[in-house]
Amino acid sequence: MHSRRFWQYVRRHGRAYLTGYAASAVAVAMAQLSPWALRAAVDAIQHGAGGRLGMFAGILAVLALAEAAATYVMRIQILSVAYRVESDLRHDYFAHLQRMPLRFYQRMPVGDLMARAVNDIRAVQRLAGVGLMRSVQTTIMIVASVAAMLTLHAGLTLLMLTVMPLITLLYLGLGREIRRRFDRVQAQFAALSTRVQENLSGIRVVKAFAQEPAEQARFAQEVDAVVGVNVRLARVQGALWPAIGLIFGLASVVLLWQGGDLVIRGRLTLGQMVQFSYYLARLTFPMVALGWITNLWQQGSASMRRLDEIFGVKPEVRDPEHPAALAAPRGAVEFRNVTVAFDGVPVLRDVSFAVPPGHTVAIVGPTGAGKSTLVGLVPRLYDPVQGQVLVDGHDVRSLSLASLRRAVALVPQETFLFSDTLAENIRLGLDGAEEPGGTPHGGAVTRAAAVAQLAGDVERFPLRYETVVGERGVTLSGGQRQRAALARAVIRDPRILILDDALSSVDTDTERRILAGLRGVMATRTCLVISHRISAVRDADWIVVLRDGRIAEQGTHETLVRADGLYAALYEQQLLRDELDAADTGPDAADPPRPARAPRA
Amino acid sequence: MLDDDQIVGRAYDARLMRRLLRYVRPYRRVVATAVGVLLVASAADLVGPLLYRVAIDRYIAPQAAGARALSPAADARGLAGVAALYLAILGAGFAARWLQSNLMQYVGQRVMADLRVEMFGHLQTLSLGFFSRTPVGRLVTRLTNDVDALNELITSGVVAIFGDIATLVGITTIMLWMNWRLALAAFVVLPAVFAVTERFRRRSRGAYRAVRTRLARLNAFLNEHLMGMTVTQLFTQERRSRARFDELNASLLDANLISTRNFSQFYPIIQVLGAIGVAVLVWYGGGQVVRSAATLGVLVATIQYAERFFDPLRDLADKFNILQAAMASSERIFRVLDEPVTVEDPPAPAPLPRGRGRLEFRDVWFAYDDDETWALRGVTFAIQPGESVAIVGHTGAGKTSILNLLTRFYDPQRGQVLIDGVDVRRVAQRELRRRIGLVLQDVFLFAGTVESNIRLGNADLSAEDIRRAAERVGAHRFIEALPGGYGAVLQERGAGLSVGQKQLIAFARALAADPEILLVLDEATSSVDAETETLIRRAMATALRGRTSITIAHRLSTVQHADRILVLHHGRLAEEGRHADLLRRNGIYAKLYRLQFEVEARSAR
Repeated sequence: MHSRRFWQYVRRHGRAYLTGYAASAVAVAMAQLSPWALRAAVDAIQHGAGGRLGMFAGILAVLALAEAAATYVMRIQILSVAYRVESDLRHDYFAHLQRMPLRFYQRMPVGDLMARAVNDIRAVQRLAGVGLMRSVQTTIMIVASVAAMLTLHAGLTLLMLTVMPLITLLYLGLGREIRRRFDRVQAQFAALSTRVQENLSGIRVVKAFAQEPAEQARFAQEVDAVVGVNVRLARVQGALWPAIGLIFGLASVVLLWQGGDLVIRGRLTLGQMVQFSYYLARLTFPMVALGWITNLWQQGSASMRRLDEIFGVKPEVRDPEHPAALAAPRGAVEFRNVTVAFDGVPVLRDVSFAVPPGHTVAIVGPTGAGKSTLVGLVPRLYDPVQGQVLVDGHDVRSLSLASLRRAVALVPQETFLFSDTLAENIRLGLDGAEEPGGTPHGGAVTRAAAVAQLAGDVERFPLRYETVVGERGVTLSGGQRQRAALARAVIRDPRILILDDALSSVDTDTERRILAGLRGVMATRTCLVISHRISAVRDADWIVVLRDGRIAEQGTHETLVRADGLYAALYEQQLLRDELDAADTGPDAADPPRPARAPRA
Repeated sequence: MLDDDQIVGRAYDARLMRRLLRYVRPYRRVVATAVGVLLVASAADLVGPLLYRVAIDRYIAPQAAGARALSPAADARGLAGVAALYLAILGAGFAARWLQSNLMQYVGQRVMADLRVEMFGHLQTLSLGFFSRTPVGRLVTRLTNDVDALNELITSGVVAIFGDIATLVGITTIMLWMNWRLALAAFVVLPAVFAVTERFRRRSRGAYRAVRTRLARLNAFLNEHLMGMTVTQLFTQERRSRARFDELNASLLDANLISTRNFSQFYPIIQVLGAIGVAVLVWYGGGQVVRSAATLGVLVATIQYAERFFDPLRDLADKFNILQAAMASSERIFRVLDEPVTVEDPPAPAPLPRGRGRLEFRDVWFAYDDDETWALRGVTFAIQPGESVAIVGHTGAGKTSILNLLTRFYDPQRGQVLIDGVDVRRVAQRELRRRIGLVLQDVFLFAGTVESNIRLGNADLSAEDIRRAAERVGAHRFIEALPGGYGAVLQERGAGLSVGQKQLIAFARALAADPEILLVLDEATSSVDAETETLIRRAMATALRGRTSITIAHRLSTVQHADRILVLHHGRLAEEGRHADLLRRNGIYAKLYRLQFEVEARSAR
């Protein structure tokens, strides 16, 4: 285990581990003492001395109680603390991920991060708990038991222990074979997963070409192969535990045979022989546990390594060393020779323009022109590789992230709502946790919803603003989601509002009303608007047209239309689209009602 | 709707258990053998202390048993005999255990295989609607990990319970047989053991549930907040979301600590009770031996048995967890198996006449499951055999729905879809789909060779047929150039092939199957170079020749060459006719043309 981080967590709870280990030593000592009492009792019985039996029984009971108490302390200390380590680790993991920029999430699938959070943290917890507990306890137990046996009768002990190397051999021999076969099981299992994944992803093609029987036959083959490798693994693995049992049985046979012989010849008392059998029993579990403990260490270290991989990623976008606060922002935005590249591929090249405070600038251009990247630079979702982005004359990289983002509200095209009430989702825009979900802002939520033209929809929900939305709540339409996201930005009352094609799922009519409403509340605010709809951008103070990461043209709507360039072509297409939309108006009154949704299991 | 992954499961559910056992039934003979062998193994385990007793009473300390003393040499010989017998029995026990574990692994693996094949087969019959609302990843987990969770239940759970019971019964019987007074003395602690175990079981059920639900809640939160991380960051809500995360984390920690306390108490208490049993034996049993009411050997053996008695009870805790995990998994598995088949073959499918592929839509109304609006509204048209028709329309006009209904990926709510005069709902789906070729814009390649991807399981096709199909669509040249040619193994989903090459393979695939009807979803892909574009255009022309075809057109050439164009608008058939006529009409088609094709027409200039 090379992870410094792991040992830091352990050290943080060092006191609990030390208490646990001390208790463990006590428990082992008690476990070593009780066979002595038993031996004395047996010898006394054998010699017909029944007088002191009550005392021996009492000693046995007291020793057992002491051992149990110590075991309890050991378990409760170490196992509990392992859950605290887990909890600390999980907290730090999440806190670390919160500092990771957008690019990190674009590269790292959430499923992968979740797998680490679920499986790897659990493996580390098991190592910090049972792993660390058993490692120490087992070692003490083995050493103490062997020492006790040696003092009892060295010859007999050595004779009995001759079988022990067999266990090591067994682990080495079978262990390697088990690992080899286990790898094959894993590979076959992965093949099975892949086959299922492929079939289900391509189910349309499977069905279209009537491939179901062929696919089922291939799947059945794959499944049979899984059975085959597992049965082969079982053949070896199934031998491991019985073999260990057999080896301990051998030791027991040796004890019966040679130990009994010593008793017959008067070199050993019967009590001592019984005592031996107890030590042997005390050795069994630790010996068996060794293999298991090794496993815990291996898995725990591998998991910690995977977690350290994440912890080792330094956020590309982070606060400067001496962050300046953006006090009383006015909302001036300037792009100065900005170039952005992802993995060496340039996305924006040498873009420069300035937005005076309170102005609205629209950014248009074909898909992939770099529009979203451009506006993402303002709240530092990305950083440029060259050039500067300035807010009120400050390079955004010199400002504290929090104060910068407090001045900016960006509404992305892909809306994300949390599984929470609508009110909470909108209130998210209000800054800080210091305001509990109380009434003071109740009015703010409804006002923001009104500006976003969402209020009417909400009135139709039975629970109104208390409706739970998001993945585990009511499914909102795309337009409703976008309007909720807009309300979230409006309630923030930002100096700079950025709409990244944020109304694409809203119909033209509603969009017009929203924009009109925004003009009222956002009159003195700076706005950056990306839209595919010319209707949303034609009234902007300035329009920037991007193509292939460069500014193709810029100007006002009138000058650009007159220039008859890219903007004019886009404008013409938009007019056509509007005409098409108008050619046939939505659902007719004559339409039959939509049938009730099919019940789902 | 409750997320499937959050099903925590009851500790034990008789209904689920019965259903699970149904899968074990075909292997009941193997299971019976395994149980038989297990009994042998348990018996072998129990012999040890008995042999110690014989050895002690007869040879090692015969005086204490009141027996006649033999000569030391005779004692030693007798002892060796007992040791040899012990060894032999241990060997037999080892063999029995090994055999038993092999048998049960076999059963477990077979049951899982059967379950997987059944689940997989069931999934093949579900409609596309099901797949559009169920993430593939979740289904894969059901088929892999959830089924795996049952293995432990079958291999360790079911049989081990038999073994434990056998061991307990065996120990009790032997102890009572050797000396019932000693046995009863040792059993003094049993009521306490049962009380403790019962209390532990009750507590751990609650603790397990608490841990599972809180863990599920925490992970759901984490998953969601990772997906929405940008939102959290943009709105500077990190601290608040971390505070809520910490709350959930702390509540999980609490549950874990309670559960740990429960476990930490259970083991030592059982241990103490066992030791007290032994102490009672020493005190009472020792007195019995001293008074010669019992032999020393019996006492030692009884003590050894009493110690073993508690092992199965201690294991109970682990088995309990296995059972709970298995119950949760099986509930999720059965949920998949119980998913109703919505698009079903009729009980007596009508044969599809060997017609020439006349297609007809009769007043078809159709809406997707989770959609509020109609995708198709009263669509009626007919396509004559051999006619090639292009469908155009704005996004969301209902073009793809036409293909979905023809191939019966979905059923319409009203109206009829007919092929050669037969309603598609009256024929078997496979029969129907064998007559229809489909070329999708998103070409799906299976793991396998180029040839197997063109052949797609059709054993009737010769290698020559495959080659000819590839030649006709112009794919032959690049396939030959691949390392291994037609036998070239495709990387994951055809990585390494260009988009255009994949499309050519899709055309070859459709052509090799030689269907009467061809449906093409053609999408002008910007990433295709001019040469490949020409190849694709030519391939499409070849494929369409002599067939009834419907093409969702995004290429100018397709609409220009179509026999007829159907213009869909907001789910209705708005216009139809030939390219030139429709353009002249200056209606919706004319606008669509200017929107979709004019750029292409301009750039082609």
